[in-house]
Amino acid sequence: MGRKILFVTTDQQRYDTLGCNGGTIARTPVVDALAADGIRFERAHPQSVVCMPSRSTMLTGQHPSTHGVWMNGVPLPVDAPSVADVLHRSGYRTALIGKAHFQPYLDPFLRFEENAMSRVGLPAGRTHRGFEHMESATHGPAGPLHYARWLVTEHPEAVGGFYQVLDGSLQVNDEGGGDTGAPQVKVNPIDRSWYHTDWVADRTIGWLESLGAEDDWFCWMSFPDPHHPWDPPQSEVGRVDWHDVPLPAGYPERAGDRERIIGDKPRHWRLWYDGELVTNYEAPARWVPASLTADQLREVLARDAVECELIDEALGRVLAAIERRGWGDDVDVIFTTDHGELGGDYGLLFKGPYHVDALMRLPLVWRPARSARTGPVTGTEAEPAMPAAPAVVTRPVGLVDLAPTFCAIAGVEAPSWMQGRSLPVSDADAEARGFERVLTEWDSAIFGIDVHLRTMMRDHFVCTAYRSGTCHDGSEGELYDLDEDPLQQVNLWDDPDRRALRDDLVADLEDHQPPVRSPHLLLEAPV
Amino acid sequence: MTPARASIRRELRILHPADEVWALVGDPTRLHEWFPGVTACEVDGDTRVITTRSGIPMPEQLLTIDPLQRRFQYRITAPLFKEHLGTIDVIDLGDRTSLVVYGTDADPATLALVIGGATGQALVNLADLLDRSAPAGHDAPSHEPAHAAT
Repeated sequence: MGRKILFVTTDQQRYDTLGCNGGTIARTPVVDALAADGIRFERAHPQSVVCMPSRSTMLTGQHPSTHGVWMNGVPLPVDAPSVADVLHRSGYRTALIGKAHFQPYLDPFLRFEENAMSRVGLPAGRTHRGFEHMESATHGPAGPLHYARWLVTEHPEAVGGFYQVLDGSLQVNDEGGGDTGAPQVKVNPIDRSWYHTDWVADRTIGWLESLGAEDDWFCWMSFPDPHHPWDPPQSEVGRVDWHDVPLPAGYPERAGDRERIIGDKPRHWRLWYDGELVTNYEAPARWVPASLTADQLREVLARDAVECELIDEALGRVLAAIERRGWGDDVDVIFTTDHGELGGDYGLLFKGPYHVDALMRLPLVWRPARSARTGPVTGTEAEPAMPAAPAVVTRPVGLVDLAPTFCAIAGVEAPSWMQGRSLPVSDADAEARGFERVLTEWDSAIFGIDVHLRTMMRDHFVCTAYRSGTCHDGSEGELYDLDEDPLQQVNLWDDPDRRALRDDLVADLEDHQPPVRSPHLLLEAPV
Repeated sequence: MTPARASIRRELRILHPADEVWALVGDPTRLHEWFPGVTACEVDGDTRVITTRSGIPMPEQLLTIDPLQRRFQYRITAPLFKEHLGTIDVIDLGDRTSLVVYGTDADPATLALVIGGATGQALVNLADLLDRSAPAGHDAPSHEPAHAAT
């Protein structure tokens, strides 16, 4: 019997929403306890700040340029490499329960397998991307996924309580609600136990209970929250009174300050802030960020915190079920998210081509199996280190490193197509193995507008070079010194005193670009 | 701001003569054999009703079936669309191969991408279907990779 793996992901969760990362709004004792007993990463970055490319990176262990899912709406080929397949072939039982999003959701033809799966299921004995069991959910009751079909069938009276994610034109909805009229906020009278967070936990527990005591297993439990819409069960909203929520440090209260900071960045920032240009499908098309009020932001953050608390409690129930099965000492738990949320920084919400900490600095906690805590504190790729004590890793790592980490936990050699490396267990381990930089990329091309960014975090700098596109000529960039400017409000790209530093970082960034998939995959849906 | 309408194009060079390709493209009753997610279609005069894999019937108006230009045009008339025009051109490249261009114009823009996004796979399926229908011994690749702009 080997180590079992519970891989927990959320969607669009900021680093600072966890208590163990300094968050003060949501109470997250379960994840905080995992961090206290394991490894907490302070510089974990996604390789894309949107769902489909980032989730494809988690599954394949490849950068978006290489797996080819360059934006939401580009389907990951069904025969793409998959760490779940590697583990399944090594004898692991495998499941993905919750939000997958390797294929587009907007699919009225039901032409994508993962959308049709709730109707047709998986043929007996067959896996999908290496998963022998999949049950899907997303942010509400619309569409063909398992959760939606379950809710429509079992609790049809609850369907209408959710926020309608798309408007009548199938654009991301900008309708406001709650007390302040904040975008994508709605009072949802649903019973808490019917909400997708608890459904994901319930289904996960159900699958775990179906396994044999001696089985090794890899379970990806994927919560759709705290991604907008912010419509948690109304019974839980009172946990956090939005009136008491402090404005975040990244939110300049004076409009003039916000405009000055944004004006110092490449021009698509200000164009979006003013509502003049939406470059992608990741935010409401008709919403004007400049219209966001401080109270609306407080209400959004309060509801976001409630959703984080519900996830934490749901995870606690799953961990209790694991203890009841007698697996408590043999399970590695890895908790992270696919990307962040602007969350009021610079006066913005949602996400887009903005490579700053709000979207790039992710929560990542790894609680290794207690039974495995022997061995060296620094390791090699062939024999990764095992931590003897809790640790904090400040060196940069990426979600691209998750797949090889799962292989290391399972005692399986990471295939050569994986581009990451098993996560370090301490800064000393990270230093010994050369964890120096982490890359993030953005490519969008929709309705005649294209934007392309390449970013590297190294040392204490974040450097983004822009490719030419609709509103950039390829000379633009962003350079932030995280030590001097943790909120990334001062763009040093054009500072003559930093020119040598900038040139060095850009050269390093270009030198480490991953191979590009060929042929180029096509955009097949908006999301 | 995001435009209300959008125009999407997908194209594929198919290694079959234009007349062979047109025989399929120009037959409105055979769409379900090559368009992904369409399970059936029924034609009555200039009206076609397709059924998607999700069971949704979608009514269409057939606008142009021109065997001389090898152009097929239709309009989805479902109320979700404020405007729609689908255009398929089969262009004879003169070397017993064809360029098939599938255009999708729609308001709202999002639906143009939802429909247009499926047309790339539709063209690949079309080429595969032609291969399967080809005389024995025809085992050459049926198409070259698609290129497209959004």
